[in-house]
Amino acid sequence: MFVLSIKTTMKEFTILLLAVLSTILGNAQVRITGTVKDTRGHIIIGASVSVKDSYDGGVSDSTGRFSFKTTEKGQQVIVAANVGYKTVEIPVTIGADSVSVAFSLKEEISELKAVTVTAGSFEAGDRKKAATVLSSLDVYTTGGANADITAVVKTLPGAQQVGEQEGLFVRGGAGYEAKQFIDGTLVNNPFSASVPDIASRGRFAPSLFKGTIFSTGGYSALYGQALSSALIMESIDLPERSEITASISSVFLGLGMQQLSKDKKASWGGNYGYTNLLPYFSIVKQKPDYFAMPQFHSADANFRIKTKSGIVKYYTTFSNMDLGLRRPNIDDPTLKNAFGLNNSNWYNNLSWRESLGRGWKMNMGIGFSTDRNGITQQIQDASDKTVVTGLNWIDSANFRLYTQSDLSQVKLVLDKRISGISVIRFGGEYQYFYSKSRYNGYQTLLVDHFKSLFAEADLYITNDLAAKAGVRFEHSSLINKMNMAPRISLAYKTGNGGQMSIAYGGFYQKPENSYLYATRNFGYTKATHYIVNYIKNTALQTFRAEVFYKKYNNLVKTYPAYNNDGSGDAKGFELFWRDKKTIKGLDYWLSYSWLDTRRNFLNYPQSLQPTFAANHTASLVVKKFYPKINTGFNFTYSFATGRPYYNMRLNAGKYEIADQGKTINYNNLGFSFNYLTSLGKAYAVLVGSVTNVFNSKQVFGYNYSHDGTRKDAITPPAPQFFFLGVFLSWGVDRRQDAINNNL
Amino acid sequence: MKHLFVILSILFTGMAAAQSKYEAGIQKGFEQMKTAKTAEDMTAASALFERIGDAEKDKWLPYYYASYANYISGWMNPKADKDKVAEKSKDLLGKAEALETNNSELHCLRQMIAIQQLTVDPMSRYQTYGAEAEKALQNAAKADPNNPRIYYLRGQTLMNTPEAFGGGKAAAKKQFEKSLELFKTFQPASALHPNWGKEDAEKSLTACQ
Repeated sequence: MFVLSIKTTMKEFTILLLAVLSTILGNAQVRITGTVKDTRGHIIIGASVSVKDSYDGGVSDSTGRFSFKTTEKGQQVIVAANVGYKTVEIPVTIGADSVSVAFSLKEEISELKAVTVTAGSFEAGDRKKAATVLSSLDVYTTGGANADITAVVKTLPGAQQVGEQEGLFVRGGAGYEAKQFIDGTLVNNPFSASVPDIASRGRFAPSLFKGTIFSTGGYSALYGQALSSALIMESIDLPERSEITASISSVFLGLGMQQLSKDKKASWGGNYGYTNLLPYFSIVKQKPDYFAMPQFHSADANFRIKTKSGIVKYYTTFSNMDLGLRRPNIDDPTLKNAFGLNNSNWYNNLSWRESLGRGWKMNMGIGFSTDRNGITQQIQDASDKTVVTGLNWIDSANFRLYTQSDLSQVKLVLDKRISGISVIRFGGEYQYFYSKSRYNGYQTLLVDHFKSLFAEADLYITNDLAAKAGVRFEHSSLINKMNMAPRISLAYKTGNGGQMSIAYGGFYQKPENSYLYATRNFGYTKATHYIVNYIKNTALQTFRAEVFYKKYNNLVKTYPAYNNDGSGDAKGFELFWRDKKTIKGLDYWLSYSWLDTRRNFLNYPQSLQPTFAANHTASLVVKKFYPKINTGFNFTYSFATGRPYYNMRLNAGKYEIADQGKTINYNNLGFSFNYLTSLGKAYAVLVGSVTNVFNSKQVFGYNYSHDGTRKDAITPPAPQFFFLGVFLSWGVDRRQDAINNNL
Repeated sequence: MKHLFVILSILFTGMAAAQSKYEAGIQKGFEQMKTAKTAEDMTAASALFERIGDAEKDKWLPYYYASYANYISGWMNPKADKDKVAEKSKDLLGKAEALETNNSELHCLRQMIAIQQLTVDPMSRYQTYGAEAEKALQNAAKADPNNPRIYYLRGQTLMNTPEAFGGGKAAAKKQFEKSLELFKTFQPASALHPNWGKEDAEKSLTACQ
């Protein structure tokens, strides 16, 4: 045997012992020194340098240098490693003298570090840290926004403070030129039914979404039919826990529940809400005379099921709204216009996201929605009796309108990861629009089979340079025309958290139904966007500056004929600054937009600044939470310079501007507080809010009488809106209970 | 026989030496952590643990301590970019997890790193990092409900949660008491295994009184 065959003397034993000891105690140490830099020669601090397979090593200091001693001898390998860089090994021979090694590490392209294409878009939510500007919590805690996503988006640069109608008016674009998408598919009626001269709220609660991207231009080829803006919302996945919620406020009552399955792989839930403005309107005087108090019923339901490596989500919401109001008739102040509205809306969205393996991912969306309006308007006298005046321009305000607009759609997007983190993405969508309208018994029907195909690539050339290039093809059977829209953007990291992006894209949109009812002999309207953007992000601060130019072609003209002869342009710059760092616990953002835009469209006799565009718009949003009193205070101040208004009159076969001007500047200070507490076993949030704290006069435009001699300012139905509510939630987290019970 | 004895004793010494090289390395790291005065000192300790992990290849403890020391360095420098520190801590933790699956201590460390990232912007990060931290502690309790550090960490979180949301001193106190109760009987698997937290729990309990 090996052990027994060795003959050992005391002397040999001593040598052996020494040999063993020397390996333990070490012998003469040699110093290894050097530098660690990246491939561009910038020093890397904190890189780990070591002799491979030994414990000897060091860390590069603030000058990128390292120095350590080793007992290793002979042929060795020195290794330098740092997170985010490819590890480098350099073989050396260690003799008696110190050794010097210079390392150059190559950065790995990673999703965390890579530049993101940000031109034109604000990402809200934390899907990607680098682009985060607003979180869903921000929507709830923006003063005066009353948890309306659109109201919060209006505090971001690019959006106008338009108060007389709903919608996002972005960079000189009309409200209908901004579209909303949930989990990839188009939302046909994102706002509650429209009442003339009053802006309605968005239909969807902010808590439904984990992230919202507000794109003010240059957006991805996945989205189309929006000339100026896309609001892209991504719904939440499984909730963290089961809960029951209830709310009671000055205007509504709500009840909801959400159940998470025991294995945490599925959830389902629903909510019901009832809004009635009678109690509120009896306290806070409104300008219109409501003969039918606004009432809303809304119910929603959802389920979400985790699949093998994805998720299936279904969301449906149904709402019904009823209201009636009287306002003075502009042509004859002794008469009144009695406007009645009943709206029903049913929205369904089923989405399926799945990783298919081998770098393939799939996103599928199926949607169905229907929106029905019954609208009546009657001319009434002082005693609320319907009258016929015999004057055509007054009597024509008597109408009965029924509209139905349905959208069925399916969209499929496939992602394939190519080299590194670069991705190609392609897919298609099919939308079936069914729009019916009956105006005083005159019926029209519009049916559109709308198809699109799209492909785009996210190419990461290095961590510092990325490109997104895409193309979109669309065909509408209604106007029987197709289009091809190229989109391209580039982003380059300039260092220290800063990056530059540029974007170019073509955007097409078919004319609104109201014009298609007149004739289908239309082509697509078109906008071309050019954007340069600089953004600098740290965890707690964001600075963003953007310059854009937009060219509009083929806009809809309604006079002298219905055609695509309209055109226009828009240019401007925007600044955004958000800071949560300077004053601890204080979060504020400041946005400013300058816009210069002109259009010749609809019945405009010439190129004019449209009525929905102000030259200067600014917002300051401030939030502070005081943990000691569990209360947050939020202020939002918005300012916009006056917007133009026109009285276009038909004279001798031509429209001319009989009167024009600019409205007064718009000022609005919104305030809200939220107090967190518990009521029994429920978590409770008490919310109070008021818009237009200083009661500033707000004028959104003017309505003119038939002969042009009278003009009435369009103002909000009440100068201020007050809100007080309590939101309760009973969390049912069985695991939390289980842990507590073990104590 | 005499030869055999000598040879065996030499071999034993050798083995002991091999063993103690690892042990001595870890102990040296402990010493560096204990004497660290700046974040850089702590990073150096983390780097030593990382080198030990890289050289040993099959031991999770060095990576655990490398991640732990790196995490602490993030607190020692108030100006540190905590997301960057966490990226490194998570990288090292991942290496430990690759060698040792479902260890309560590793889950605890994941919670600590998530909390460190949460503190950057608690209001808006609560939903992501708060959930990540909570999930990690739940996993830690599943892996070993008798790990006293779980309750110490939960207590820490509760101390910093408003009372309205189930936090506060009273709720935290229960957790610290439970932690100290478990510390009475807690025996680390070896002298090298995690054994920190008792003093911290005692201090925190005092702060709750």
